[in-house]
Amino acid sequence: MKEVLLIKNGELALKGLNRGTFEDILVKNMRRRLGAAVGKFVFTKSQSTIIAEAAEEDADFDLAEDVLKKVFGIAGFSRAALAEKDIEDIKRVALSYLRDELESAGTFKVNAKRSDKRFPMTSPEICREVGAHLLRNIPSLKVDVHNPDVTVTVEVRDKNVFIHGNQIKGAGGMPVGSAGRAALLVSGGIDSPVAGYMMSKRGLQLTAIHFAAPPYTSKRAEMKVRDLVSIVAKYSGRVNFAIVNFTEIQEAIKEKCPEELFTVIMRRMMMRISLRLAERDDCGALITGESLGQVASQTMGALACTDAVSTMPVFRPLIGMDKEEIITISRKIGAFETSILPYEDCCTVFTPKHPRTRPTIALIEEAEAAADFAPMIERAIETVRYEHID
Amino acid sequence: MTAYFDNSATTKPCEKAVEKMLFTLRECWGNPSSSHEKGVEAQMLLDSCRKTLADKLSCSPQEIFFTSGGTESNNIAVLGAARAAARSGKKVITGAVEHPSVMRAFDRLESEGFEVIRIGTDRFGRIDLAAMEDALDGSTTLVSVMAVNNELGTVEPTAEIAALIRKKAPRALFHVDAVQAFGKIPLSVRRPAVDLMSVSSHKIHGPKGVGALYVKKGTKLQALSFGGGQESNLRPGTEAMPAIAGFATAVEELTTEKSLKKVTALRDELVENLSKIPGLVINSPVEALPYIVNISLPGYPSETVLNFLSDMDIYVSSGSACSKGHRSHVLTAAGLPAEIIDSSLRISFSRYTTPRELEYLIEGLKRATERIMKR
Repeated sequence: MKEVLLIKNGELALKGLNRGTFEDILVKNMRRRLGAAVGKFVFTKSQSTIIAEAAEEDADFDLAEDVLKKVFGIAGFSRAALAEKDIEDIKRVALSYLRDELESAGTFKVNAKRSDKRFPMTSPEICREVGAHLLRNIPSLKVDVHNPDVTVTVEVRDKNVFIHGNQIKGAGGMPVGSAGRAALLVSGGIDSPVAGYMMSKRGLQLTAIHFAAPPYTSKRAEMKVRDLVSIVAKYSGRVNFAIVNFTEIQEAIKEKCPEELFTVIMRRMMMRISLRLAERDDCGALITGESLGQVASQTMGALACTDAVSTMPVFRPLIGMDKEEIITISRKIGAFETSILPYEDCCTVFTPKHPRTRPTIALIEEAEAAADFAPMIERAIETVRYEHID
Repeated sequence: MTAYFDNSATTKPCEKAVEKMLFTLRECWGNPSSSHEKGVEAQMLLDSCRKTLADKLSCSPQEIFFTSGGTESNNIAVLGAARAAARSGKKVITGAVEHPSVMRAFDRLESEGFEVIRIGTDRFGRIDLAAMEDALDGSTTLVSVMAVNNELGTVEPTAEIAALIRKKAPRALFHVDAVQAFGKIPLSVRRPAVDLMSVSSHKIHGPKGVGALYVKKGTKLQALSFGGGQESNLRPGTEAMPAIAGFATAVEELTTEKSLKKVTALRDELVENLSKIPGLVINSPVEALPYIVNISLPGYPSETVLNFLSDMDIYVSSGSACSKGHRSHVLTAAGLPAEIIDSSLRISFSRYTTPRELEYLIEGLKRATERIMKR
């Protein structure tokens, strides 16, 4: 029995004349992600459905299902079996393909869609025939047309008949790349991977920028961030990962600037470097995992000071979320266990005891004048290390 | 140059042990339980390994049980002894600075309804003997204490504890976790007099994945796993012959007293040089096992110094390798202040440590304090 994937794109349908472009990006993303994990697939567009057929006969559809669940731009999808355009074959395939699902369900109904009007039976006739066949062969099954556990759908199309059970919920959102590219500042905590996931859901490709401060931060901390980025990449697709050596700048801030301003000045330095790296990578925005008031550097005043050095918009998808809400998403995407590994990251090195929660830009600029940071920023940009994470 | 000072986490396997393992894998790979010649050959090798361990610990081969390592030996000893004696009493005693494989086993006993007494220590992690004496009584069935503390090198008063048990709780079993002491100080199951003793292979230049438990003849233990009867049903499963043979060879290679002399000299030199580093504190007691020196550089977090040294190919550990990232329960129980705990490093020697390595370590520590910004 041949199996295929029927993909329904969600919000895409709203995009009018752009729809074709969005669909092309979605198909490209699916082709790449399924190709890397499962094998080659061939895609055909048909009305509001994209049909994915495996090129290899023994393709692993369980794995394909897991992969598709993480591709943004898909509202829902179905795994369907192909049948001949013949009612006897339709009945046979429906029973053998859906037997397991129906046996563990209590109630069902059959839904038929006949877009090929040359097919000799009407939709209600197909429903009756197939429904009766399933009832006869699976004694535990009952019909419930209003609220069934399983809806068996029979789609009679031009060339084939597709038969499938309940639709699988997709990841939603927009196809990655349809909104362009942005640079995510990723530290190794709980928040930044969630922020990356959320913005990639809105169609952004990601460049991830990590600030390392050896020896204050360890190789293990860097490995942890790499692991987190690869968890986000399960959703966002390939990420350009940039690791910046931040030690010299952190030490200079610690040595030359007032302690209570340490974190805000550090954030501004990170922004300056990130901007340059983001421009280099054709990014249109920066993304951070900041949430209002979570720590001293995330008060409104502190955020104003960090934003003052950015010429790009700074996306902060977590700004209005509670820690608990962030943790829920972190768990959902499988990042939480990695995020809480106890390694020091550059944001916790030299944390002041009493940070200033309402810094002013004038005050910060004066403090920054105490050291010549420009050449340090150049050195940090010159020595950045790049990796691709899939 | 590389300087390895994390020998209490694990040691480099000695060449003879590696050769013996290869020989066992290539030539003597039979199953000791098989009746044919290939099995008999393996059985003979297993017997000779058991005898090597028994001779080293001054016991009989029937009292040696091979396990998968220190953790399993400790688990079997603590859980097995307490559960087997549960009908005559449910009071069990341990120290506050034990290895997690003992601590967690006692936590488990507590959840099973045992009364668990954890004896506190002085600032060097040395068990409080008066508290131990108070805690011991006729209903006590098990006492478990380590011979040498893995983080501080403190030698625990096991002989005194054995005497207290004889006096106050003669029916209680005495288990000693000797993982850090074995091969480093002269040790036998009669000095101190114990009923159960755990040892491990990879701390004495043998392979990982194997250890042994001494069980005094007549001691009742409840097994934790079930199978085909190997190791008298206490630890069933086909014997890990390559690992066991490597372990026994590492035991044969031990030069306990000679190595102790050598390491003591190295330790003394280290301590002398460390005293020149401003602010440095030595947490280990003077009479600690010389193989372990625990130090603190207040203001310099352990992780930072460890990373810095690691970049110079100098390997030390922060706290114990088994609990990276968590504040040491040993130093906490010893009552050391937070700034000392958070900046503590463990330097641990082996018989292969060279004076050049030591020089390089001292150089590294000096450079670390010059280069790293204090917090």
